[in-house]
Amino acid sequence: MSARRPYVRSMDGWWRRDPFFVGYMAREATAVLVVAYAVVLLIGLIRLSQGQAAYEGWLYALRSPLAIGFHIVLLAVFMYHTWSWFRIMPKTMPLILPDGRRLSPALITGAGLTAAAIVCASLVVAAMKVAA
Amino acid sequence: MAEPARTIEIEVLRYRPEQESEPVLQSYAVPFTDDMSVLQGLQYIKDYLDGTLSFRWSCRMAICGSCGMMIEGVPKLSCQTFLREFYPGKVRVEALSHFPIERDLVIDASDFIGKLESITPYIVPKEPRTLDQGEYLQTPAQLEQFLQFSGCINCMLCYAACPQYGLDSKFTGPGILALLHRYNADSRDGARDKRMDLVHTEEGVWSCTAVGYCSEVCPKGVDPANAVNQNKTASAMDFFLRFVAPKGSAK
Repeated sequence: MSARRPYVRSMDGWWRRDPFFVGYMAREATAVLVVAYAVVLLIGLIRLSQGQAAYEGWLYALRSPLAIGFHIVLLAVFMYHTWSWFRIMPKTMPLILPDGRRLSPALITGAGLTAAAIVCASLVVAAMKVAA
Repeated sequence: MAEPARTIEIEVLRYRPEQESEPVLQSYAVPFTDDMSVLQGLQYIKDYLDGTLSFRWSCRMAICGSCGMMIEGVPKLSCQTFLREFYPGKVRVEALSHFPIERDLVIDASDFIGKLESITPYIVPKEPRTLDQGEYLQTPAQLEQFLQFSGCINCMLCYAACPQYGLDSKFTGPGILALLHRYNADSRDGARDKRMDLVHTEEGVWSCTAVGYCSEVCPKGVDPANAVNQNKTASAMDFFLRFVAPKGSAK
C-alpha cells in the first residue's frame, strides 16, 4: 500500500493572503458600483419620460448631501476602476511590435490613462458649456 | 576577508505524512552570509541541522525550475531569493500554494505534468520539409510572436499565484496556456486547430479572470496572462468565424 497522503490546503480567505489579491478583488468590486450608477442614470431616464416635473424632481434629489456624497465615492471608485483597467490592458492585448520589439506595458497603460483623462476632461468642459 | 556570520531564523512548513495529519511550522537558526540564497539556507538545514527536511532543487541558477516555493507568502525561486533580504527578521518558507503537499516543501506536480502532455507541446510542421530543402525560415517579427513564451521553465510559480487554479484545479492554468500559445504563435507550426479544442473550453482560457499575478511572479518574464488573454480573443474569433468559414471540429 502506498504511504502517500498528499495534503491539500484550504483556499478559505485566499484573497486576504496577498495585497495583489486584495487589489484584484477591489477592482472586481468596483463593477458593483458601476452597476449602481447605471441604475441612478436609468432612474433619471425613466423620470425624464414621465415629464418635466418628474425629471426636475430627480435632478433635485441628486443635489441632496447624501447624493453628492455618493457621487464623490463613485468618482473615487471609478478612478480606481479606470486605473486598474488600463494597468491590466497590456496583458490582454495582442503583441504590438512597432520596430520588431514589444511595446512597453508602461507605454500602453500610460496611453490608455491619458486617453481616459482627455475624454473625461472634454466631457466636463462640454457639459459646462451646455449648462452655461 | 570573511564577513562575520549572522544568524537568521528560517521557518519551514513541515509535513511528514507518516507522523503529522496536517502541516506544522518548524524553526531553524541558520548562519548565513550576504551571498546565500534561501535554497542555500535550506541546504544548510539539511546538511547540519535536520537531515529529514525534503525539498526539490537542481541547477541553483534559475533555469531548471525545481526550487519554487512560497517565501514569505510569495511564490519565488528559492535559488534567486536571498536570505539577506529578510534579515534581521525571519523568513517563512512553505510548499508552493495550490498544489497538494507530498512532503515538506515537495508538491505533487502530476496535474501540471499531465496538462503539459495534453497540449501537444512541440512543433507539428505545417509543411513537412526534407533535410535537403533546408531549414524553416522565420522573420524577426515571427520570432518575436512566440519568443518570450518559450522562456517558460515549468517552475509552476504562476500556478501558485493563480487563485482560479487554487479554487478549481481543472483550469488548465497560466504556464501551460503560455506554452500552448508558444506553439500556436509559431509560424512553422500546424497543430493550432488541435490545441484550440483545449483553449475553447471552460477549463481552457475561460476560467481566467485576469488577476494578472501569474505574470508578476514569473521569474523568466514570460507573461502568461498575456498568452491566456490573447487566446480569449482567438477563441472568440474562432467562435464567430465558424459561421463564416466552418472548419475542423467547429462545424
